[in-house]
Amino acid sequence: MDKLIIQMFNKNRQEIFNRWMEEMESIREDHRLQNISDKAYKDTNVEFFNIIFAHLERNEYKANDELTDFAEKLFQLGWRLSYLTQGLQNFRRIILSVLFDTEKSSTKVFDMFDEIDRWIDPIINQLINESAKNWENTVSIQKVALQELSAPLIPVFENISVMPLIGTIDTERAKLIMENLLTGVIKHRSQVILIDITGVPVVDTMVAHHIIQASEAVRLVGAQCILVGIRPEIAQTIVNLGIDLGQFPTKSTLYKGMQSALEMTKRKITETE
Amino acid sequence: MNIQSCVEVRNEWDIVKARQEGRNIAKELGFGSVDQARITTAISELARNIYLYAGKGRIEISNLDSSGKIGLRIIASDDGPGIKDIRKVMEDGFTTSGGLGAGLPGVKRLMDEFSIDSKENEGTEIITTKWLR
Ligand SMILES: Nc1ncnc2c1ncn2[C@@H]1O[C@H](COP(=O)(O)OP(=O)(O)OP(=O)(O)O)[C@@H](O)[C@H]1O
Ligand SMILES: [Mg+2]
Repeated sequence: MDKLIIQMFNKNRQEIFNRWMEEMESIREDHRLQNISDKAYKDTNVEFFNIIFAHLERNEYKANDELTDFAEKLFQLGWRLSYLTQGLQNFRRIILSVLFDTEKSSTKVFDMFDEIDRWIDPIINQLINESAKNWENTVSIQKVALQELSAPLIPVFENISVMPLIGTIDTERAKLIMENLLTGVIKHRSQVILIDITGVPVVDTMVAHHIIQASEAVRLVGAQCILVGIRPEIAQTIVNLGIDLGQFPTKSTLYKGMQSALEMTKRKITETE
Repeated sequence: MNIQSCVEVRNEWDIVKARQEGRNIAKELGFGSVDQARITTAISELARNIYLYAGKGRIEISNLDSSGKIGLRIIASDDGPGIKDIRKVMEDGFTTSGGLGAGLPGVKRLMDEFSIDSKENEGTEIITTKWLR
């Protein structure tokens, strides 16, 4: 950027600072930052301003480590990307208006205008990329966590396992249910598996089909599934859909399912004296 | 008629979104838990058919108030391949995708009114209504 522009901004630094701080105060609620203490908000703004200004002085055309570290710190604290982009946009608006006030030659103003845009746009882009990376990272971590939770097979007694299903079942999860059932049956030598659908909000034809297929496959490896936790409204919609669960052992509750599972493996629960 | 919600269906998560909208509106209109489940399931079937067979489309949910009767209407529309033989797809067990073939006849039984309008290579529109009793 032209040395002269930088000099001029340096001369007006205090004014730019004051106007910028004022603007940032007025947009605070837009970025849901009203819960942060006044002091913390102000300190962060000052730090942000100093980083932007140093950036301008050093005449760098991409976000430096100082800025990306600052951004990362804020993302981790849950601040929004829009705070940063708007902060930069406000900064641009203010320095442009300072520029108009001091420089009277219109061709010069145009050139400077252009230079300022070319300085600030890559910085904004880089912050957006950083934030996107941050999000992608979070999403992929959560995806793994979700996958681990999505179809657990829990060996409860010898030869009896339970698979509690909670939440929506999509195709990916349906695949996992099948895989975990089959590997679990072999690993735990299960004879009976209770599939608990108490926590599944909607049982449509797709979900029913996957459960039927999974239990067929389990039968082929020599075990038996019992479907438990069918809520009354789910029972009615299954009947309305015309899905035949005739050959499929079902029980209303996990407790009743466990009783039959014990019976099927020639055991029962008794009270002690 | 009053459109309460319109969900574009493009992926599996949009199906979940459409049925959440449906459940909320059904609850608001005063449907009981069994009818809420019926409405949600019907939306799930229609939205999944759109996703599977047409690729994309939309689910519109509106509330009806005709001469004191309150109802919920679902319009599922797409610009997909359309349905050649409507009589056939309404038979229990008919499927071209290895499914149960229970979706469309099931929706008809879950809801009170049901109609399909479809032209080959132009798309499909299914309108179905549940009345509050
Ligand atoms: N929106 C649509 N566009 C084109 N074809 C459709 C559409 N909806 C349904 N069909 C056709 O109608 C057939 C029957 O649909 P239906 O929902 O009854 O069963 P399915 O989707 O095959 O299986 P299920 O719904 O039981 O999992 C489908 O296999 C498909 O060929
Ligand atoms: Mg279907």
